[in-house]
Amino acid sequence: MAPLLEVRDLRIDFPTDDGLVKAVDGVSFSLDRGRTLGIVGESGSGKSVTSLGIMGLHHGTKAQITGEIRLDGEELAHADPARVRELRGAKMAMIFQDPLSSLHPFYKVGDQIVEAYRIHHRKATGKQARQHAVDMLGRVGIPQPAVRAEDYPHQFSGGMRQRVMIAMALCNDPELLIADEPTTALDVTVQAQILDLISDLQAEFGSAVIIITHDLGVVAELADDILVMYAGRAAEYGAGTGIFGQPGHPYTWGLLASMPRLDRERQTRLVPIPGTPPSLIRVPPGCPFHPRCRYTALTGGRCPTEVPVLREAVTPGHAAACHLTVAQKAREWAALSADQVPADAGEPEARQSVPQGGAES
Amino acid sequence: MTGQIGTPQAWPAASGGTAEPGGDVLLHVTGLVRHFPVTRGLVFRQKVGAVRAVDGIDLSVSKGQTLGLVGESGCGKTTTGRLLARLDEPTSGRIVIDGHDVTHLRPGRMRPLRREIQMIFQDPYSSLNPRHTVGAIVGAPFRLQKIKPPGGIKRSVQELLELVGLNPEHYNRYPHEFSGGQRQRIGIARTLALRPKLIVADEPVSALDVSIQAQVVNLLEDLQDELGLTYVVIAHDLSVVRHISDRVAVMYLGKIVETAGRDELYAKPRHPYTVALLSAVPKPEPVTSASGERQRQERIRLEGDVPSPLRPPPACRFHTRCWKAQEICRMQEPPLAELVPGHQVACHFPENT
Repeated sequence: MAPLLEVRDLRIDFPTDDGLVKAVDGVSFSLDRGRTLGIVGESGSGKSVTSLGIMGLHHGTKAQITGEIRLDGEELAHADPARVRELRGAKMAMIFQDPLSSLHPFYKVGDQIVEAYRIHHRKATGKQARQHAVDMLGRVGIPQPAVRAEDYPHQFSGGMRQRVMIAMALCNDPELLIADEPTTALDVTVQAQILDLISDLQAEFGSAVIIITHDLGVVAELADDILVMYAGRAAEYGAGTGIFGQPGHPYTWGLLASMPRLDRERQTRLVPIPGTPPSLIRVPPGCPFHPRCRYTALTGGRCPTEVPVLREAVTPGHAAACHLTVAQKAREWAALSADQVPADAGEPEARQSVPQGGAES
Repeated sequence: MTGQIGTPQAWPAASGGTAEPGGDVLLHVTGLVRHFPVTRGLVFRQKVGAVRAVDGIDLSVSKGQTLGLVGESGCGKTTTGRLLARLDEPTSGRIVIDGHDVTHLRPGRMRPLRREIQMIFQDPYSSLNPRHTVGAIVGAPFRLQKIKPPGGIKRSVQELLELVGLNPEHYNRYPHEFSGGQRQRIGIARTLALRPKLIVADEPVSALDVSIQAQVVNLLEDLQDELGLTYVVIAHDLSVVRHISDRVAVMYLGKIVETAGRDELYAKPRHPYTVALLSAVPKPEPVTSASGERQRQERIRLEGDVPSPLRPPPACRFHTRCWKAQEICRMQEPPLAELVPGHQVACHFPENT
C-alpha cells in the first residue's frame, strides 16, 4: 500500500527585502497510516514551515513552494486552494503549540468544536453536532464534558485547553494529525498526560501523526521514525531506535551531547554545539552545519564545498547527510558516548566577528 | 577569559541593613510569605481573597554554591526569586543576605545592597531595551550606582563582554543584531557588572535552543568558578537543575516539599511529588520490547492539574493528586522534616525510606 503521506523534494522559499529565505530546502519523507514521524530541530530549522506547507497554510503568503506533497495519492503542493480547504480539518488536522492563542477567546469551546465539525458535515443537525462535540471532549479526557462544553477557553487550564484542541483536531476523524510542539507550553506532569493521550488516540483512530518538537525526549517516546532538520534540510532520517542508538550525523550527536540527561550519570560538563544556527538567507556553502562541526578536518575539505546528500548511513532505512564515512562515524560516536569530551568543549563559543542576527549587511 | 573589572574593594562598601552573624551562609530566608490580594469593587476595594504564591518557605544558600529551585508553573518559584532579589515586597518572613537583613529596607537603603544581588531573566528578548546599544545596557549598572570603574565604563563593559564570550567590538550594536544565546550573554554581562555576590537566575536557559542552552549553562558554571558567585537557579527543567545545582529545593503550591543535596535528591527522591516529577521527564532513548516494538516509557501518572493557589487544598497540598494520600494527609499538614542529614521532606508517607 502506498504511504498515506509522501513529501518529495519540498522547497519553501520566502522572498524578503534582505534576500530569499530558504526555509525548507529539499526535504523528502513518507509516512504510513498508524505510524508516527517525529521532526526535530532548533528554531529556524524549517520544521514548522514544513508542516504548515503540508496543511496548505502558506496560501496567501509570499511563500514559493516547489516539490510534491501527496496525501493518499493526491497532489497538494499545487492543488486548488478550495480543494485543500476541503481536506484540511477533514483528512488532515493540526494541533498548535499554544492552545490559548489558537482557541477563540469569545466562543464557548463546545461551539468551536461544533463549527469545526459542521464545516465538513453540512448535513449534521445542530443537535448531532453538539452531541459529537461533547463526545469528543469526553474522549480526550475532559471530566463532565457536557458541562465544560459551555465554558470559555480562559476557564480551562493549559493542559485542558490542549485537550480541547486535540478534540477539535480529531472531531472529523482525520487520517493525518500534525502536532506542532504540542507540549512545549505545558508542565512536565501535564506533558506526560498529553503524550499518553496522543498515543492512545492514535491507536484508537489509526491516524498517522507528525510530531514536531525540539525535545528529543518527546520524540523518543512517541515517534517511530525521526527526521532531524538543520537549516531547512534533512540532516538525518530513519527509525527512532536507529537514530538514538547509532546517530549518524554530527548535528544529532551535538544535540544528544548538549542536553543534560536524567537517565545517565551526571556529566561534569555539557558539550555544547559551538556557534549559532545560520541565517537562512545566507546558508553556509557545502554542508550547512560545517561552521559548527568538529569533524570537518576528517573529510579532506569536502564539507565547506560539497553539499552532502542524504544517503544510507549506518543501517538500511537510516540516512544521514554527512561526508564522514561509516567507520569514522562509528568511531567518533563511540568516543562521544564514552563521555570523552572533545578537546575544544571548554571554549565558551567560537568567537564570531559578526553576530548572526541577520541585520548585518 | 581574561576579564578584570577592578576589584570590589575599590568601590565604597555597601552599607545598610542590620548586620547578622553569617559564617558561610550567604543567603538565609525564614518563613517567607507573599500573598497577592484579590480585590473586588472599584471604589470600595474589598479584599476577597489572596493568591498564596509563596506560603512560608525557608532557604539557605552557602557561599559559592548553587541552589536549584524547581516546580511547575504556578508553584511560586518565580515569585520567590523576585522576593530574594527584593524586586517585590514580602508579606512576611525574613531575608538575610550576607549578614544584612534586607526584608523591609526602604529603597534608598536598599540601593547600595543591590550591588550584591543581581538577577538574570528568562526572556533575552524582553529583558534588553531594544533602543539601547549593548554598551549602554551593560554599562547601565555603573551609571545607576554612580560607580566609576578604573579605566572608565567603556573599558569595563568591553571586558565584561569578553568575559561572557562576546566580541568587545559589539559595544555599539543593538540587541536585535544578536541571536537568543548571545542576548542572554549580554544579560549575563550586565548582571556581572557590579560584581554581585548572589545571582538569582530565573529560567536562564529555557528560552534558548538545546544546543545553545549547553553553552549558557557552561558559561554560568565557568563564571561561578572564576568569580566565586553564589546562584539561585529557578527552572522547571529537572535535568538542567541537576546539572547546575549543588542543592535542590522542590516547590509545590507555594511551599517547599523537599530539599536535599543534588545527588541525594535525584538518586533517592522521597516526596511523592518529586518522584512523579522525575518520572514524568521523557527520556531521550526509545524503550523497545524484545521484538523491537516501541513501548511506552514507564512512569507515575499524576491525575489532573495543579490546584489554584487561590484556594490551595488543606493540610498536605499535594493530597489531591497523590496516589499515597490517606486520611491524615487531608487533616494534618506534614512538617518539613529532616529524615536523613541534609534531606528534608514534607510528607507523611515518604518514598525510598
